[in-house]
Amino acid sequence: MNFIYQTWWKVVAVLLVFSSLFTGLLLSVPTLPILHETIRNLYFHVPMWMGMLTVLTVSVYFSVMYLRTGKEEYDLAAVECVNTGLFFYSLGLLTGMLWAKYTWGEFWSGDPKQNSAAIAFLLYCAYLVLRNSIDEEQKRGKISAIYNIFAFPIMVVLIFVLPRMTDSLHPGSGGNPAFGKYDLDNGMKIAFYPAMLGWPFIALWIATIRYRIRLIENKKNTLN
Amino acid sequence: MKKLSLLLLMLISCTGVFAADPTVQMDDALRANGRIYVVVTIIAIIFAGLAIFLFAIDRRVRKIEKGN
Repeated sequence: MNFIYQTWWKVVAVLLVFSSLFTGLLLSVPTLPILHETIRNLYFHVPMWMGMLTVLTVSVYFSVMYLRTGKEEYDLAAVECVNTGLFFYSLGLLTGMLWAKYTWGEFWSGDPKQNSAAIAFLLYCAYLVLRNSIDEEQKRGKISAIYNIFAFPIMVVLIFVLPRMTDSLHPGSGGNPAFGKYDLDNGMKIAFYPAMLGWPFIALWIATIRYRIRLIENKKNTLN
Repeated sequence: MKKLSLLLLMLISCTGVFAADPTVQMDDALRANGRIYVVVTIIAIIFAGLAIFLFAIDRRVRKIEKGN
């Protein structure tokens, strides 16, 4: 856990995202109907989901570690990862909705991708509600860890698998091309990859700060 | 803090008053390409601010951790 106290990866993450702001907004992009300049959303909207996915994966890891060892820190790390994940989840949903308004016509058009993303969002909200409804610490830790481990694959299926099997308007679903088709003959990778690498580490960084504050709070509460 | 943000708000609300004279060409780098560079700079400032803010929080947490 020494990793979370080091600075170098935080600086790297900031530099990666910072570079993607310039390359993402200024480099040329393919001119496509309907999309127009909103194709640049790829550099900002998609990394939010990458950040969300990363911290939620880390959260599952800590839930498993909690069940194996029963150490309270792991439980706290798991819940703070979910908190940060939900924040990035909201950013992903909101940016997606704004983009949908100008490409699909409505903020919320009941698209399979949107609907299943909303269900998965509620799934994780239920995790926090479940957690806060149990007073006894070990019971709370165990039940929420098990819930978290089961919620994760369901979230992945809901967001990344099911919408691709039906007619969704979202790029990458139902015969719609994903970014893979666009960036082959273009320099989109120059902005996209740094963003996809940088934002998850920004998300992790926020999660580690929340976790460290949580540790201090926890220490204070147990002393009193 | 409250006074400072109020002052900032008042300062910002004043900026809209000055109308630009279309006959005067004030071309600089930030006005090129439909002034997209202005937006890029603003986004860069916001992100840099957030990053500095995060680093500051990080340092503060570290200080408290050492104190405990």
